[in-house]
Amino acid sequence: MTTLTDPPKASFRLSMLLYDTRYRSTTIQVIALMGFMLGAAWLINNVAVNLAAAGKPFTFGFLSDASGYDINQKLIEYNSQSSHLRAAVVGLLNTLLVAVMGCTLATFLGVFIGVLRLSSNWVISRLAAVYVEGFRNVPVLLWIVLIMAATSHSAPQPKDFRGDNPSATMKIFDSVAITNRGVYFPEPLFSNSLGDVAMFPDSSTEACEAYAAESDDDKVIKLAKSCGSFQISLDLIAIGSVFIACLMISKLVANRASQIQAQTGVRPTVWYLRLGIVAIPTIITLWILGFYLGYPELKGFNFKGGIYMRSSLLALWIALSLYTAAFIAEIVRAGIMAISKGQSEAAGALGIRPGRTMSLVVLPQAMRVIFPPLISQYLNLTKNSSLAIAVGYMDVTGTLGGITLNQTGREMETILLLMACYLIISLIVSTVMNAYNERTKLKER
Amino acid sequence: MSITSDQSYVRTEMLTEKAPPSTNVGIIGWIRANLFSSWLNVVLSLLAMYAIYSTLAYILPWVFGGVWNATSLTECRIVIAEAIGDGHTAGRACWAVIHERFWQLMYGFYPSDQYWRPNLALILLFVAIAPVLFNGLPKKMLLISVAFPFVAPWLLWGGAIWTPLMAFMGFVIGYFVHKFASKIAGSLVGIILGTVSALLWWLLFSSAVSQGISHMIGASRMSGEIERLETSIPLQEAEVGRHQAIVDPLEGQVIAIQEEIDAAVSAEKPVADLIRTKTPLYLTLGSASSDLSKEQDMLNVMRARLTAIKSLPKDETRSQQLADAAIAARAALPASVAKLTDVKEANLGTSAEDKDQLEAALKVEGESGSLQDRIETLYQDVGLVGLKPVKSRDFGGLMLAVLLGITGIGLSFPLGIVLALGRLSDLVIVKALCVGFIEFIRGVPLITLLFVASVLLNYFLPKGTEFDIILRVMIMITIFAAAYMAEVIRGGLAALPKGQYEAADALGLDYWQAQRLIIMPQALKISIPGIVSTFIGLFKDTTLVSIIALLDILGWAKTIQATSDWNGVIWELYGFIAFVFFIFCFSMSRYSMYLERKLQTGH
Repeated sequence: MTTLTDPPKASFRLSMLLYDTRYRSTTIQVIALMGFMLGAAWLINNVAVNLAAAGKPFTFGFLSDASGYDINQKLIEYNSQSSHLRAAVVGLLNTLLVAVMGCTLATFLGVFIGVLRLSSNWVISRLAAVYVEGFRNVPVLLWIVLIMAATSHSAPQPKDFRGDNPSATMKIFDSVAITNRGVYFPEPLFSNSLGDVAMFPDSSTEACEAYAAESDDDKVIKLAKSCGSFQISLDLIAIGSVFIACLMISKLVANRASQIQAQTGVRPTVWYLRLGIVAIPTIITLWILGFYLGYPELKGFNFKGGIYMRSSLLALWIALSLYTAAFIAEIVRAGIMAISKGQSEAAGALGIRPGRTMSLVVLPQAMRVIFPPLISQYLNLTKNSSLAIAVGYMDVTGTLGGITLNQTGREMETILLLMACYLIISLIVSTVMNAYNERTKLKER
Repeated sequence: MSITSDQSYVRTEMLTEKAPPSTNVGIIGWIRANLFSSWLNVVLSLLAMYAIYSTLAYILPWVFGGVWNATSLTECRIVIAEAIGDGHTAGRACWAVIHERFWQLMYGFYPSDQYWRPNLALILLFVAIAPVLFNGLPKKMLLISVAFPFVAPWLLWGGAIWTPLMAFMGFVIGYFVHKFASKIAGSLVGIILGTVSALLWWLLFSSAVSQGISHMIGASRMSGEIERLETSIPLQEAEVGRHQAIVDPLEGQVIAIQEEIDAAVSAEKPVADLIRTKTPLYLTLGSASSDLSKEQDMLNVMRARLTAIKSLPKDETRSQQLADAAIAARAALPASVAKLTDVKEANLGTSAEDKDQLEAALKVEGESGSLQDRIETLYQDVGLVGLKPVKSRDFGGLMLAVLLGITGIGLSFPLGIVLALGRLSDLVIVKALCVGFIEFIRGVPLITLLFVASVLLNYFLPKGTEFDIILRVMIMITIFAAAYMAEVIRGGLAALPKGQYEAADALGLDYWQAQRLIIMPQALKISIPGIVSTFIGLFKDTTLVSIIALLDILGWAKTIQATSDWNGVIWELYGFIAFVFFIFCFSMSRYSMYLERKLQTGH
């Protein structure tokens, strides 16, 4: 008869670190961590030695120096006396501007092309396929420089608009001027303006004050005095808040209509009510503020007034949108095709019309498939907007990673900041996206 | 009892099938179903066809009626205007710019007599990857695949034949050390020792050994080289004269015909034929004068080398003296500055005399170093057994894009697999490192990484390290693509059913065996579309190097547009480049579709 005894306890030997699976993973990790830390320490040490040798201590002090260069496309007040930091902010806002514009246009275009590609009409679906293959297989940088070169070579010069019988005229009721330097739109102006409010006015630097003191021009003084701050238009805030309030009331009306529909089965017609609720107060606000459009006018060698969109911004916007739309079209197509045919057949069996089948049955389910890759395309577009540097649009790569880098010679700090900007944008967007995905996930048991 | 048998109205055999209505089959049926199925579709089809027609009616004559023979945009426009008959010159393409600048667009400044080297490298690439792409080829072809990574850089950059051999030696040494050490101390120690010994060889010894061999050969050839140069310099002079004799009359002819053209233009006579005769002459003149300058350069190199060799004994004595002087100057330095290599590194309190002394010592050291470099360069040049070296600066055009694309694809794929495995690993630290790396790289645009390559990388390396710009860009493109590749492969790994992992465990396979034999083949197959689209993205992204002043094909387009002859050529150049990229990328995506179908095992 045998008795059960515990197996002999092996005492720990050094070789077990390598050959015993219980310890091996720890060994490997410790070695990996040590290797990583040694490598990082070596790199950091090299950087410290090299920066010291080059006489460039690692500080961000240069950011508060006057930048000394001008930026031609800007969303906030900026002049050459403003700091490098402000130049970077102007650039970052320009990046966000082209990213938002690009994402919007690319989404509309992409959804449109994606739906066309699924069309039962052979010619239409082939055309959409040609679009997608054509744009996907050619580098986006090529599209950007091509569109830039084409607009600046073939659009008329401002001087062509001059004279009694000009060779070029303004488009859309004489309101939009398309020139080789960019496009001029009418700008919204207010005759009873509420004025602007400066945020963080205390941060204006001495350089700005000095610049303001030297200058005679009213506009320059105003601009220079505010050069450490951000101006926020009260008019826009007023209109925006009225509009949003109206939208919320209109939503309440819609909810009420749905309630009635649920109780009685008949939906009351409320669209004109909702339209009135949104439109009338907004129009009244605009009227009180004295809204009018400021048209661009040819003065001297160039157009004055209106909103000026440089051809570099235009080229970047169009090229990024066309390119990304090709990818979005494929995502939309894949999303719609991923919904099983049974869903639309079931909807048909319930007597739902094809259009409503798409909007009520297929698209809500397809959105779950479409959304994650769509967001990653938005991120790609934002990152691709850094190619602005090829056409001279002053995004954050152009200001911080371009002129600021060249003027201050601080490669290490500027490029690290530049990377941090893009990383933060990416991380914010992907956090939001993960939260959304979590919320819309299929609840399965 | 049967009920059906007496129900005589039930048909017992099937009716024969009737042909469908003629409007529902064949071409008519297809057109009705696909083009005119509803009123909306009728309108859409007609509109789309009209749009296609009007686009093609503009583009086809533009493309196929283009002008190939002209030497500048102005001439092009003249020829087009005469051909069409009115002032509308934008209706025909000016392909002459592609005709004239084709080789620059393809190879950049790569020496034209060496074009065979990149071509051969490309052919070798196809031979080398053939055993990977297709099964059923002889096993011996794998030898070419093994040799390719060593031969290709040597073909492209040139230099002594020892260099690739020495690089290969590293693997041989590593292999033998591994084999020997694993017998004694186990496989893990063997792997570590093998890797370390190979790294040591590459970092410390290989370039020294290969330079030493060249130096020895150079020393033995030195006396013979004088004789060879003395006999060949007159021959080369004659050669230069011969080329001069070709160029001069050609130049005369071109000038004459140009005058004729100018006269005809001012007299408003047709000049298209004159321009057509001028173009081939002009192109021949271009290649003839580039030949001439090449021969002239060669002559200058020979003369310079002859002088250098003749003064070699004197230089070597002087070099010895300088080296001694440098050592003495360094030894005489005061303690506070004795170890510095730059005046800027001196402390604030250092006195002016000390600084002056340091500066003087540095000057002597610099002189000695540059003279030694010159002598060594001479030895290396004379002792060169191999191909003419080509500098990285001269790489350009489409060749650069293909080079960056292929190395990026080849290196990012294995790196991506490793990163994906690391990200899915149970080892917490390894996982954290991989996640951090992948998310960082994916969060920043490639252009910032290229900035790092062009201005920042030197800060991360020990002082004085010179690092080839193309190599730096290659590294950045590779790690950029590898991060995306890792995510694609991670998707494939996540899509595998858990049973596959469990089955591998049940069979008693260890981690690497399971990955190699069971997991990876399936995961990679699932992720083929993603992998290929990453490859395509990488190939397209190589154009970004034009922003950091490397002359790839897009960079050349800008350079050509900046010349006075071709200022204003847009659609032809960019259209051509877009076409080239389209061909590459589209065929890659078609190949991936073919591969997916070939590997499909489902139903």
